[in-house]
Amino acid sequence: MEQVKCECGHVNPHGTVFCESCGKPLEEQGEKSLLDMRYEGSARRSQTYKRTIVDQIWAFFSSVKVGVALIVITLIASVIGTIFPQEMYIPPNVNPADYYEEQYGWAGKLYYELGFNNLYGSWWYILLIALIGVSLVICSLDRVVPLYRALKRQGVKRHPHFLERQRLFGVSRISDMDQAVALLKERLAKQRYRVREEDGHLLAEKGRFSRWGPYVNHVGLIIFLIGAMLRSVPGMYIDEVMWVREGETKEIPGTNGQYFLKSEKFIFDTYKKGEDNEVFNAAIDRVGDGMIAENYQTNVVLYKRVGPTVAGAKPELEKVKEYPIRVNEPLKFDHYALYQVDFRLNEPKTMSFQLTDKQSGKTLGTVAIDLYDPKETYNLGNGYRVELLSYFPDFEFDEDGNPSTKSRVPNNPAFVFKMYAPDRPEGEVSFVAIQQTLEPFGDNKYKMAFAELETRNVSGLTVRRDFTLWILGVGGAIFMFGLVQGMYWNHRRIWVQRVNGELWIAAHTNKNWFGLKKELHRLLDGTGLTMPADRLEERKQAGQGGQAHGTA
Amino acid sequence: MKKQQRLVMRTVILLLLLAALGYTIYANFFTEKTAVAVGSTAPDFVLSDLEGREHRLSDYRGKGVFLNFWGTWCKPCEREMPYMNELYPIYQKQGVEILAVNVGEPKLNVEKFAERFGLTFPIVIDRQDQVLNAYGVGPLPTTFLIDKNGKVKKIITGTMTKEDIKQHLESIKP
Repeated sequence: MEQVKCECGHVNPHGTVFCESCGKPLEEQGEKSLLDMRYEGSARRSQTYKRTIVDQIWAFFSSVKVGVALIVITLIASVIGTIFPQEMYIPPNVNPADYYEEQYGWAGKLYYELGFNNLYGSWWYILLIALIGVSLVICSLDRVVPLYRALKRQGVKRHPHFLERQRLFGVSRISDMDQAVALLKERLAKQRYRVREEDGHLLAEKGRFSRWGPYVNHVGLIIFLIGAMLRSVPGMYIDEVMWVREGETKEIPGTNGQYFLKSEKFIFDTYKKGEDNEVFNAAIDRVGDGMIAENYQTNVVLYKRVGPTVAGAKPELEKVKEYPIRVNEPLKFDHYALYQVDFRLNEPKTMSFQLTDKQSGKTLGTVAIDLYDPKETYNLGNGYRVELLSYFPDFEFDEDGNPSTKSRVPNNPAFVFKMYAPDRPEGEVSFVAIQQTLEPFGDNKYKMAFAELETRNVSGLTVRRDFTLWILGVGGAIFMFGLVQGMYWNHRRIWVQRVNGELWIAAHTNKNWFGLKKELHRLLDGTGLTMPADRLEERKQAGQGGQAHGTA
Repeated sequence: MKKQQRLVMRTVILLLLLAALGYTIYANFFTEKTAVAVGSTAPDFVLSDLEGREHRLSDYRGKGVFLNFWGTWCKPCEREMPYMNELYPIYQKQGVEILAVNVGEPKLNVEKFAERFGLTFPIVIDRQDQVLNAYGVGPLPTTFLIDKNGKVKKIITGTMTKEDIKQHLESIKP
């Protein structure tokens, strides 16, 4: 049987709980029980047909239980993901596969193998989120369509069974029905109900709009998820880090070689007593003078490349603008934004040494070594000459005990010099690191005495371009709108009906029964009509009194 | 019939959802994280070698190119360099070039390194990290195998054995 015809003549879809038009219960329940008004008793589509595979998949996702289960699983997974650190927080130079096992044993190994180390990037986590999205779409569609249909088709005149099985229901015997109904109609209109009248029966309704709240909310959520999904589309979302030294011009990563950035200066200011407003003095005293950061700023020049882009070729640059990038004041151009996020102070740039006669202390010339591009030979004249045999920008001893470099950044420069002098034509070898000098081939006559270290600051900037942000914003706004719509309005209905010479009043709301009762009090005040009783409360009280009968 | 319509509707919606899901999974897990994808044309670049000669990738069209990104401090790079050096003259005759891109170290250090291992293939220095960015190179060493049409055939991250290198060179012979 596909459709159910009600005695009022309305044809309902199979699975309907009570008639869409007159409200007569179609499925026999316990006579005294209250009607389940969820979704207006409409037939949820998924429960109607379960024939083809498509219908079965649909039915699966339309289940709220499935949706809740998916959310709970995702929550549990997220909780587990906080037990050990995520991969981005482990030391950068270790192999994560080994690291987790070494640190946390078999649990760490399992953690890594199941992808908890990079939770948001693991395939099953993304799949879970996507399935929640699918569940959201299908659950909503499966409920909003029949609900809309049921609310649109509801009749004014309801079947007595429908009325007497409402939570708020009362019967009054009065003489002048017409007058009472007319008065109620007027008062309902004053309380801003939309009142429909049919054969002397009334249906007053307000705030139906509130019923769409959850679905509007879901639409917002789905738009939000789409925005998040679009981040994986190339070009939609760029999030890169760039380090630029003072005086250096560098390609801005993520711009396909189109833009270059020069750092003029990095500025790090602190609050100092006497220089800043006196109100800060107490705080400065507490933390220490010059300890509280006031400003992180990189003065930059932005260049655009003109002409063809060939990586590595010396770019032809056109100045676009100068800008001081400060925290929360990014440089914006062409949908990109450059944020000040990090810095390194005093990175070595040039190191100077003096060739010195150890005995007399006489200096024979100064050698200034560019730590980014050292020369092989430095000629000091008068037969004095220094050769750079080896250079280690980031010096350490490797596993075999040989001097080597950890990286290409001159964090800890070390040198092997060969010093030639008129009286030492064969040259003398000297190993020089910071605060350390070795003379591997015996006692030297000359030494390279440290003279000066020239440093510069390095700025850490984030390059960001996000075309999904407005989608996330729109989604979030719709989400919020739906939430407010569903939370702050109530869908209230009051039925006034003449049945066998009595006036029946029933009322229903989707939330805030207290408010509805207050409204009914005001409505019936002084009319002599019976205030509908809250039968759920009555039952509860009866149940508490130990006389449980007629359970709902 | 109405039931038919509903089935079509459901099928369409499910397919749309499946497409969105499929794309997300695909984009996150089956595309190259590097800026250069296998099968795409390798970005052109110009860099100078230690003798000051310019090397332009597009000039190598018609030959296979074994493009190796390395640094002197990187031990795995150091391990594979001698193998590359050994195989270079053999495969150069067969139309495969080896080009080693140093990641912006001082020329002095690169020269000393090349001297120490007697490297004969051209070594260019990417002073400004431009080529590094264009190829999206993360860990070192990273090697791009480029065929005679300038297409990237394979991207190898991490150290290679001599046998690996031999096979890779073999695979891009014109």
